[in-house]
Amino acid sequence: MPFNYLPLTDPQRREMLGAIGAGSMEDLLITIPRELRAGKLDVPSGRSEWEVQQHLAGLAARNRPLSQQRSFLGAGVSLRYRPAAVDHVASRSEFFTAYTPYQPEISQGTLQAIFEFQTLVCELTGMDVSNASMYDGSTATGEAALMCVRATRRRKVLVSGTLHPEYAQVVRTYAWGPGIEIVTVPQRDGGIDLAALDALLTGDVAGLIVQVPSAFGGLEPVDEVATRVKAAGALLAVVADPISLGLLEAPGRYGADICVGDGQALGNAMSFGGPHVGFMACKEPLLRQLPGRICGQTADSRGNTCYTLTLQTREQHIRREKAASNICTNQALNALFATLYLGLVGKEGLREVANVSLQRAHFLAERISQVPGFAPAFGIAFFNEFVVKTERPAEEIVRALEARGIVAGFPLSRWFPDLAHHLLVSVTEANSPDDLDAYVEALRSNHLAKVAV
Amino acid sequence: MKFSKSHEYLADDGTVGISRYAAEQLGDVVYVELPEPGRTFAQGEEFGVVESVKAVSSLYAPVAGTVVASNAELQEHPEYVNQDPYGKGWLLKFEIADPAQVSALLDEATYQSEVATH
Repeated sequence: MPFNYLPLTDPQRREMLGAIGAGSMEDLLITIPRELRAGKLDVPSGRSEWEVQQHLAGLAARNRPLSQQRSFLGAGVSLRYRPAAVDHVASRSEFFTAYTPYQPEISQGTLQAIFEFQTLVCELTGMDVSNASMYDGSTATGEAALMCVRATRRRKVLVSGTLHPEYAQVVRTYAWGPGIEIVTVPQRDGGIDLAALDALLTGDVAGLIVQVPSAFGGLEPVDEVATRVKAAGALLAVVADPISLGLLEAPGRYGADICVGDGQALGNAMSFGGPHVGFMACKEPLLRQLPGRICGQTADSRGNTCYTLTLQTREQHIRREKAASNICTNQALNALFATLYLGLVGKEGLREVANVSLQRAHFLAERISQVPGFAPAFGIAFFNEFVVKTERPAEEIVRALEARGIVAGFPLSRWFPDLAHHLLVSVTEANSPDDLDAYVEALRSNHLAKVAV
Repeated sequence: MKFSKSHEYLADDGTVGISRYAAEQLGDVVYVELPEPGRTFAQGEEFGVVESVKAVSSLYAPVAGTVVASNAELQEHPEYVNQDPYGKGWLLKFEIADPAQVSALLDEATYQSEVATH
């Protein structure tokens, strides 16, 4: 019997088996040991399309999307306002369906969008050149480590202990193949330990990777860090939150040689952690060491402005095993989301998003510290994420607030087993003043409930 | 002036560059990456790259030695390599470690006949 989605009929199957000399399906699979084969699958008998839709809708209704709760979850991905026009423009089929559309003859629109993305990244980061984007913030950070090594011909890279631990893991993975040594600079009071940095900055260090704001939300002492790194003849790679750059000094202006980061916050959906987009930019002397695609503006044979990939001699299809990286692509669609977002909110809008996030985060931090059993964990200044020291384990607080529709934050014990009483709280413009009140109220009553027992 | 089979030349004063033949084959040179003074190379070791519009080629030390100077003008004017490979388009000044390696290089006539058969 033919099925719509199973196109082969029994006679067709027999014909194919006959052509290769197998008597039956069983014959065909004879080389696969019996114990490795799946037994009979427990698939219920067929249902109508309507029944299946109802069933799946019922399952979907059990989800609790973050957007329908009061979420204070950050740690790399956070809920932010995404203007409706972002999706509308990015969903145009010219952008949405094309795959690696780098041919200038047919892809001027896409290439122009990439060029605009690069321009925006340079303006935000204070760098001279940006590539067409990377997979995400963590892989861009891994590439930054390799870039430091190529540019200095030194084999050791320092990473701050306040770098997002998953980013640090990706850096180690990138460093493993070429045998680059990765050394962690310990953290002190939520920030990079400058005395430890001094001791570790020996003449064989290619670069330092530091995140601002850090994985704990802290505003690292960037000027002190930059001066020390320069004095050691090493490169400074800064991992930045692009929203924070609406308010904070651009890394290029305080001495960063490379700036990378994740662009989820710029109009990209959280999407369970990806796909997002990474950005990567550097100062001009490092241009030839920048990995990935770079789009350039030029003039065609008639003198019209046009766009094309440029400086491709850094890349694998020309330079083979000596290429700057094995990345031969970019995250064009996600970079487009970021470009549209920045274009829509504009310079003032970005500053406002950053400012509202900062103001509300500081307001909430202050209110939380007034609740018995909660205190600021570190003394370091912060942007929109901060760490709260909790009397009860942070995991318990998170579970208790779940019932009230509040996602209280990220328990740091998931990264650092010795920080079981540390809760990372993130506040963005998507958290209304009402959300902040509800959060404090929930902590208060939860604390009292516990004391009463 | 002596030549290596990988198309670098070595002048009597230790100047290293690429041969006119190599420069012509590469086409327009757009970028040259050179080592800083003080670095030491073994014979045949890669010391830099020369990038033209159509290819990137490695540069190999014709003999063992230490870099005394590199041609900083090529950062702004890579075209000198095409225009004047034996003059303004020089790449490095080399302090030669072992003079015996120099005599083993090809002389100009041998080099020219080698490339003529290509």
